[in-house]
Amino acid sequence: MTRLNRRQFIQIGGAAAGGLAAGVGLSTKWYGLDPDEVADPGTDGDRVVPSFCEMCFWKCGILAHVKNGRVTKITGNPAHPLSRGHLCPRGTGGIGLLYDPDRLKRPLIRRNRGQMQEFEEVSWDAALDLVAEKMLKIREKYGPEAMALYSHGYGGSWFKHLLHAYGSDNIAAPSYAQCRGPREVAFHLTFGRMVGSPENTDMENSRVITLIGSHLGENMHNTQVQDFTRAIERGAGLIVVDPRYSTAAGKARYWLPIKPGTDLALLLAWMNVIIGEGLYDHDYVEKYAFGFDRLKEHVRDRTPEWAFTRTSIPPETIVETARFMAGGRPASLIHPGRHTTWYGDDTQRLRAIAILNALLGSWGRKGGLTLPSKVKLPKYPYTKYPGQSKNPPDMPKGTVYPLANEILSQGLCMASIPGTAAYDLKAWLVYGTNLIASLPDPDATRKALQALDFVAVVDVLPTEITGWADVVLPEATYLERCDEVHTPAYKEPFLAVRQPVVEPMYDSKPGWWIAKELAHRVGLDDYFPWKDSVEYAMYRVKHGGFDCEELKRTGVARGKHVPVFIDDGLEPVFDTPSGKIELYSQTLEKAGFDPMPEYTPPDEPPDGHFRLLYGRSPVHSFSRTTNNRFLCQVVSTNEVWVNAQAAREMGLRNGDMVRLINQDGVVSEPLALKATQRIRPDCVYMVHGFGHNSRLLKFAYKRGASDSRLMTRYKVDPIMGGTGMNVNFVRVEKAA
Amino acid sequence: MKEKTDKRYAMVVDTRLCVACKACVLACKAENRVPYGFNRDWLVEVTTGRFPDLALENRSERCNHCSNPPCVHACPTGASHVNEGGAVLVTHHKCTGCKACIAACPYGARYVHPDGYVDKCTFCLHRVRDGREPACVEICPTGTLHFGDLSDPDSDVSILLRTRKYKVLHPETGCEPNVYFLE
Amino acid sequence: MNESLIEVVQGRNNPMIDPSLHIWGWEIPVYLFLGGVVAGMLVLSAALALRDRDGPRSKALQTAPLLALGLLSVGMAALFLDLEHKAYVWRFYLAFKAASPMSWGSWILLLVYPAGIMMGFGMLDSDRRAALLDSRFVRGLHLRSLVMCILGRADAARRGALWAGIIAGSALGLYTGILLGTMVSMPLWNTAVLGPLFLTSGVSTGAAVLLLLPLSTGERHVVARWDMAAIFVEIVLIVVMLIGFATGGHASHVAFSQLVDGPSASAFWALVVVAGLAAPFTLEAIEVRRSLKPLALTPILVLIGGLSLRWILVIAGQASSWANIP
Repeated sequence: MTRLNRRQFIQIGGAAAGGLAAGVGLSTKWYGLDPDEVADPGTDGDRVVPSFCEMCFWKCGILAHVKNGRVTKITGNPAHPLSRGHLCPRGTGGIGLLYDPDRLKRPLIRRNRGQMQEFEEVSWDAALDLVAEKMLKIREKYGPEAMALYSHGYGGSWFKHLLHAYGSDNIAAPSYAQCRGPREVAFHLTFGRMVGSPENTDMENSRVITLIGSHLGENMHNTQVQDFTRAIERGAGLIVVDPRYSTAAGKARYWLPIKPGTDLALLLAWMNVIIGEGLYDHDYVEKYAFGFDRLKEHVRDRTPEWAFTRTSIPPETIVETARFMAGGRPASLIHPGRHTTWYGDDTQRLRAIAILNALLGSWGRKGGLTLPSKVKLPKYPYTKYPGQSKNPPDMPKGTVYPLANEILSQGLCMASIPGTAAYDLKAWLVYGTNLIASLPDPDATRKALQALDFVAVVDVLPTEITGWADVVLPEATYLERCDEVHTPAYKEPFLAVRQPVVEPMYDSKPGWWIAKELAHRVGLDDYFPWKDSVEYAMYRVKHGGFDCEELKRTGVARGKHVPVFIDDGLEPVFDTPSGKIELYSQTLEKAGFDPMPEYTPPDEPPDGHFRLLYGRSPVHSFSRTTNNRFLCQVVSTNEVWVNAQAAREMGLRNGDMVRLINQDGVVSEPLALKATQRIRPDCVYMVHGFGHNSRLLKFAYKRGASDSRLMTRYKVDPIMGGTGMNVNFVRVEKAA
Repeated sequence: MKEKTDKRYAMVVDTRLCVACKACVLACKAENRVPYGFNRDWLVEVTTGRFPDLALENRSERCNHCSNPPCVHACPTGASHVNEGGAVLVTHHKCTGCKACIAACPYGARYVHPDGYVDKCTFCLHRVRDGREPACVEICPTGTLHFGDLSDPDSDVSILLRTRKYKVLHPETGCEPNVYFLE
Repeated sequence: MNESLIEVVQGRNNPMIDPSLHIWGWEIPVYLFLGGVVAGMLVLSAALALRDRDGPRSKALQTAPLLALGLLSVGMAALFLDLEHKAYVWRFYLAFKAASPMSWGSWILLLVYPAGIMMGFGMLDSDRRAALLDSRFVRGLHLRSLVMCILGRADAARRGALWAGIIAGSALGLYTGILLGTMVSMPLWNTAVLGPLFLTSGVSTGAAVLLLLPLSTGERHVVARWDMAAIFVEIVLIVVMLIGFATGGHASHVAFSQLVDGPSASAFWALVVVAGLAAPFTLEAIEVRRSLKPLALTPILVLIGGLSLRWILVIAGQASSWANIP
């Protein structure tokens, strides 16, 4: 065959196939009597309802297709700034949650049957009456603050409102002290403003993106990944610092397989190079930063050679990457990350990330970090909350985390063990939070649960936490209810509504209804004056000057565009003591902490042990989606990544079933071993969220292994109380 | 009836952008009611090298809708056929389930539907005919997937193939696939 | 290959495709084997009949074509069992697809029956004809006049019927090999040698079945010699095939390794090469040279070899599929 160039090749190929198709196909077409039809699978909806997603907490705009009363598919709402017509796998998987056969169907009350306890299905009245009775009793006996609320998810707003009205402000979510907390504190200390969710990054315009342990792509926040890949498409260079060759590392110009726990040394060395070589943004630092000279002095001896002995990253790589990231400034972003509770010194690590961003002049700059704004909607006019007289008891006696700016969930958990804190918590209301899987040291959580007078759980699925409840209230899914209006801070301000797509299945009820009914039963009707959540939401929308009918039709409305970059004429405001970017933090100094980040070496793994690292699958949200049969078609279990060489030395092969045993002798469920070149030999990695032991999660039960169970230890961040969880060590044994 | 068309549909997969999230797989499943446990499209993640010198390629794969489709040649009944724009389809009511097409396909792109007929990716021709993109392309959050008409020199796919380095899978088999992978 | 390693995560996991293609189970090798046997029986019995124009023919040989058709029906039953969409089997006969060996095959199968009946009836002597006309089957279904008519036609075109048998048999034998051989997706099948190999193997196994019948000594000698020749050709073809694989590209190496160190390799060498070819060739050579009383073992070994050849090639061929090469 003669050589053709590729363009011609296609055309000729096409023509040839056309001829062939005619020649071969005619014989069966019977001249039109036996046609080949293009079958339509018929999944386009008779109705298409715009709403926003709750499969994770990013809240992308969705279009739910409904045909004959069933949701057939969920696609991205092109008008919504967070989805732009695209969805992550979980967004599509909403149908797997809605039609999960294991859903909680009717209210349940714990009953004693001789030696055994079991749940009895009851009416809503019976269940709500019991919760209300307990709430009243607890308020009378111990005061309202003895009742705490754990809430994660957008539907939790109704219960937060209820609890505030009831008189308790003890409301926490693991998303703070087990996740984003250190980042928010560190950025607030540095820039006087938190990162928030969605993160205020402007990755799509970045020229260089540096990820410190962030596994974007595996951590699948839709808009963020869209911006990330857009940046790659536009030729942005990536520096990925991760002990594991993550998906993001696979796209990086530089992969730095750092020794776990030593990121701060690398960050200081980068500052050393960037300041030492004068690569920082002089004007920006001059104009906006406070304490540069002290920082310069502070990092003077933090040389790449110094960092090499700690991080195992060669000095020349550190210098090269420092120059590379500085070459992209100000469109050079050191990503703040999201799940940042790793080693207990996390606020300082995040401070270093914030400082590095400041040196590159990326805060408030295109391709760096934005200064977003939100659509302001008037609040619904309620009676003022009574307010709580006592401080939250989330810091056990003798401890103080002076810079925590939210309530610590593990602290509230501890306060439930009598005598631990300033006062005891006596009852929990748990909304959408599987505390057994999300708090470290699950034994402590169980101990707290045992000590409580009363636990009520509102959830969609029979997760582990529901097994500890006295009353279980089955909530309708996000596709069956209307929630609070979504008005996040974002570079394009917008508001979005969650609308019920179908009627609640079984005997489940939307959260607003449950909260309103409870309020009615404890005499708080004043706080729930609206008929339903639609009336509530539309009040806010209408009084915010938006068209309710239009919004119901489109699901989303844009606010006025305001500049979010300094380059666009926005004058930045830094809510810090100096009114500037605090390279040197006066707040930390005053509180008795290092005002500039200092490296602390991590503990070494005991002999024969690996550091246990964990992360996410793009298909799952924590432990919430691992029972979702639709999603589990593509990822149904987790595996443990072990360096291939290390595995061989242990006599283990790829695919072997193994168990992990941690430093305290806790043994994991069996899971498959992934022997791979993609991880350092001193650590192992697994995806979080598997290994359920709730039998009622019929699909997820005993599928994969739980990393949470192996986290018997955690290191608390002295600055803000976050729980560093990458401090557990495991050995790997072949499962019998 | 012979579909008279000059179109040549193709898909271009930008492996640089793909994060192997599998949104394409699930969107396809929902759109096309793909039975539980079966996949019309799928992810292949290939890592090459030794720690720490590694390379990763993520490929969202599916039927290649070949210009020289061995499945269509192998089909004894005409069930497997070339439809509009070169899309290779299976007419369910002509399929005997003999599986010759599955054996003939070098890409493993076909499977036996639980109802007995052979099933596969259709390039979402039912959507494409309405001017919409295939479900996998529409959902993809990373911009990895491009769908279009190669006979139109100004189409997205034509431009990408003119300007970027690409490969097809198993070119040795001579099937002339129409799913292209950008490097 | 340098020192680099490859790790592949294959997310497809479709039933019958992954991790290794296995769409065809026992039905297809059984059908291919019986198809080959039938082809060989038709060709050989027709050739014998043509050769001994007036000489005595054994009763066994006279019934061989009809026996072959019986075996073919068993094979077709296996083929039918393999269909996943059985209610649509008639679709085979609403189309003729020139590029599809399977389509050729379905029509060839239709032609084999009339050809086999014509040639089979033509070979019957008068006793057998009487018995046939007298049989419960013919009488019960009132087929007497039809059978008489066919017998008349068969006699009128005896040589033509025999040639029709040879052509139909050859087509059957060839297509079963080509069916697999055209699959570009299976490196182990995708060789031009496979068609001739299956045809020759068909001749050999067909001969083996004939040798198990009470043939006359003369017939037996001829069939045994043909069998030896077929086995010899088969060995040559297998050597050619292996050399082709060994010296080819990546795909050929995949195929080669299937036969050399794949999971089916030991079965291939033991059952096909040694038990199915070398052993019966040696035995037959000894039998012919020493004019020993023929052993039933020899044709049985040939049959085992022929069935194993199909079975192993079908299994190992699927295992070599490009579909499982990332």
